[in-house]
Amino acid sequence: MQIFNLADADQGFIDEVEARSHQNVKNCYQCGNCTAGCPYTFVYDYSVSQIMRLVQTGQKDAILKCRSIWLCGSCQSCTTRCPNKIDVARVMDVCRHMAREEGYATERSVKIFADSFLESVERHGRAYELGLMASYMTRSGRVFTDVDLAPQVLMRGKLPFKPHPIQGREQVARIFERFRKGGKNA
Amino acid sequence: MRIGVFICHCGSNIAGTVDCPSVAATALTYPDVVFSTDTMYACSEPGQDAIIQAVKDKNLDGVVVASCTPRMHEQTFRRAVERAGLNRYMFEMANIREHVSWIGKTKDLNTGKAAELVRMAVEKLRRNRPLMAKRFETTKRVLVIGGGVAGIQAALDCADGGQEVVLVEREQSIGGKMAKLDKTFPTVDCSSCVLGPKMVDIAQHPNITLYTCAEVESVGGYVGNFQVTVRRKATHVDWTKCTGCGLCVEKCPSRKHPDPFNENLCNAPSINIPFPQAIPKKAAINASSCLMLTKGKCGLCAKVCPVKCIDFEQKDELVNVDVGAIVVATGYDLFDWHKYPQYGEGRYKDVITSLQYERLLSASGPTGGHIKRPSDGKEPKNVVFIQCVGSRDKSVNRPYCSGFCCMYTAKQAILTKDHIPDSQSYVFYMDIRSPGKLYDEFVRRAMEEYGAQYVRGRVAMIYPKGDKLVVRGADTLAGTQVEVPADLVVLAVGAESAKGAVQLGEKLRVAPDQYGFFVESHPKLKPVETNTAGVFLAGACQGPKDIPASVGQGSAAASKVLGLLSKAMLESDPAVSRVNPARCVGCGKCIQTCPFGAIKEIQDRFGNPKAEVIDTVCQGCGICTVTCPQGAIQLEHFTDNQILAEVNALCPPKMFANFE
Repeated sequence: MQIFNLADADQGFIDEVEARSHQNVKNCYQCGNCTAGCPYTFVYDYSVSQIMRLVQTGQKDAILKCRSIWLCGSCQSCTTRCPNKIDVARVMDVCRHMAREEGYATERSVKIFADSFLESVERHGRAYELGLMASYMTRSGRVFTDVDLAPQVLMRGKLPFKPHPIQGREQVARIFERFRKGGKNA
Repeated sequence: MRIGVFICHCGSNIAGTVDCPSVAATALTYPDVVFSTDTMYACSEPGQDAIIQAVKDKNLDGVVVASCTPRMHEQTFRRAVERAGLNRYMFEMANIREHVSWIGKTKDLNTGKAAELVRMAVEKLRRNRPLMAKRFETTKRVLVIGGGVAGIQAALDCADGGQEVVLVEREQSIGGKMAKLDKTFPTVDCSSCVLGPKMVDIAQHPNITLYTCAEVESVGGYVGNFQVTVRRKATHVDWTKCTGCGLCVEKCPSRKHPDPFNENLCNAPSINIPFPQAIPKKAAINASSCLMLTKGKCGLCAKVCPVKCIDFEQKDELVNVDVGAIVVATGYDLFDWHKYPQYGEGRYKDVITSLQYERLLSASGPTGGHIKRPSDGKEPKNVVFIQCVGSRDKSVNRPYCSGFCCMYTAKQAILTKDHIPDSQSYVFYMDIRSPGKLYDEFVRRAMEEYGAQYVRGRVAMIYPKGDKLVVRGADTLAGTQVEVPADLVVLAVGAESAKGAVQLGEKLRVAPDQYGFFVESHPKLKPVETNTAGVFLAGACQGPKDIPASVGQGSAAASKVLGLLSKAMLESDPAVSRVNPARCVGCGKCIQTCPFGAIKEIQDRFGNPKAEVIDTVCQGCGICTVTCPQGAIQLEHFTDNQILAEVNALCPPKMFANFE
């Protein structure tokens, strides 16, 4: 394990997380209720309460490089349980955004999936499953992911070969456009 | 008038951000001020001596000290002025510390503000007149409300000090929460064995009158002379005859209502004596479940009673008591843990509170001292304790630490191992708070000798699996999630203010804090006094407390009472309302509005109605002053003229400003 000099805490990072999440991370007293309720703890490298601790001590590098913020399912279990009423899921969310903005994607496949999903929505106004699958598989190289489910899904007509563009597709596309203009690093 | 002004530096507390010599120089320009100086510590002995010397040398007849809050040192300076030969009310204090130096950083603004506050004090002092305190006798009797361990201690100490004591307890027996406990930390000695002798002393002490099943109905009067009405609730048993033989308890056929003494773990007969060591050991009927009182048939208890003491017609009785002082020792209640969805909200029978667990451990409890879980009566092997249930949790509006849960949880973990040697206890905690003599050693013993597994983290859910309850929590030290299959889950529920405490506070004019605990006069220096003279606090009604602290406070409150009642006469504050009979039209508005009943109607010699203030009852709140349409009733030391003079000093009327 590395030694972290507490005097090196990145106050700018703490302030940014607090400002963007509208949460006061100093309210956290490390009771661990978020970790106790989190259904993804088993795949995390840092548990949720540890993420909160790393934010509190301004350990920007450790947070932005970690896997947990990518694996978080945003189920809000941590937020519901927090005795100090901190929206923990939102803090996780903000950390993920910041990691992405700084060019980190520790769980690459999660980022690829999110990108593919959003591209599909931008193009069709909704997710086009087969296109999303193709895009994800080619980019990630994970060709056989969930392939065993294909027969069942196909039989129920859940995997159509042609996209179903929705009405108002252009408006949806415009939302993406507007975000790119206004937001940082789409 | 010749006024002297003293500007205190308070070390650097005031002088740090106020130019004290400059304030003193400015003060010299105010009307009637003939002497003005600044001093390092006005409250110190040399500081007081300098005031006295100045009064004598300069022939002063009024003194202004600009220093801290009057709550701190008004009495000090009043006494100093009195030693100099002046009346103690010929003194005014300007608060330039809390109101100026501690809250503002800009020195010249602070200096200006301090000078203005001094000017206000001077203007008021110019209109002060000497006031004399009235002396009155006190009733040598004490009311103690609440018969828990704090109330018991206060009552015994007062009674031993020679005062008559009336002890009022809401429940059927005294003993409070301590009587329900099995053992006490950190010595693991039997709770009822330590408390029992004290309870017996209460019953046998010639100076103590005990009213149980009783509540305070109303409180009137003032320090030294309170009039209290106590409601003795109908027990339907003539306690003058009842011997406590328990025959009626044995025979009672109605056993369907939960037993509050055993924390609803079992049912109790409708006529009952709560526990073997109860004081007084008398039976009482629960009117809501008694067959005779609800349906009009049964009466078995009356038939078997050898002394014929059952009285189904008995009514509540009101008793009037005059007392000189009141000790409030109403204790606490437990947090209702059902607010937490993660602990099952009451769906699982084997999730119980710590006090219920005490009853399971107790030999006089429903299981005779054998730990049996409520669902199937099996002996549990894995017992999980969850701490901070309703403590340190903002989301349920209980941000405070209850203080004793860490310790009783360690005790219960130790007792679990004692009762069931092949059991394993798990304690989920956030922090261990054990600051007391032998306390931390005790918690270490629970871990080291008794093998309790302490897990640092909270519990997020409990779910049933077979006949077990799986407790899922976090181990934040390992940074992981953990699960324990438990046979029994014990919640270390926190303390909250006793039910009815706020309503009682209204009767006593004692303010509760935002959580319902009574507020002491000063958090450090007046921990058992309240802001109502003659009313004192003991035990957990002031804030969560363990037994040693409650007993200590009981004794502390008793010593305050004894000190108060040891004086032959008490002095009343002369800063009370006074009626100018020439202006009073006898409308009676002040009588209606006075919250203390301190104004009565009299007739002057022509038979006209007039108001008159009862000096000793008046608390000097000033409500009558603002109500009187004639300006006939004035609060001494705070008359309209004095207050207006202060306002004018601060914002001079335009006319004056133009002339200057």
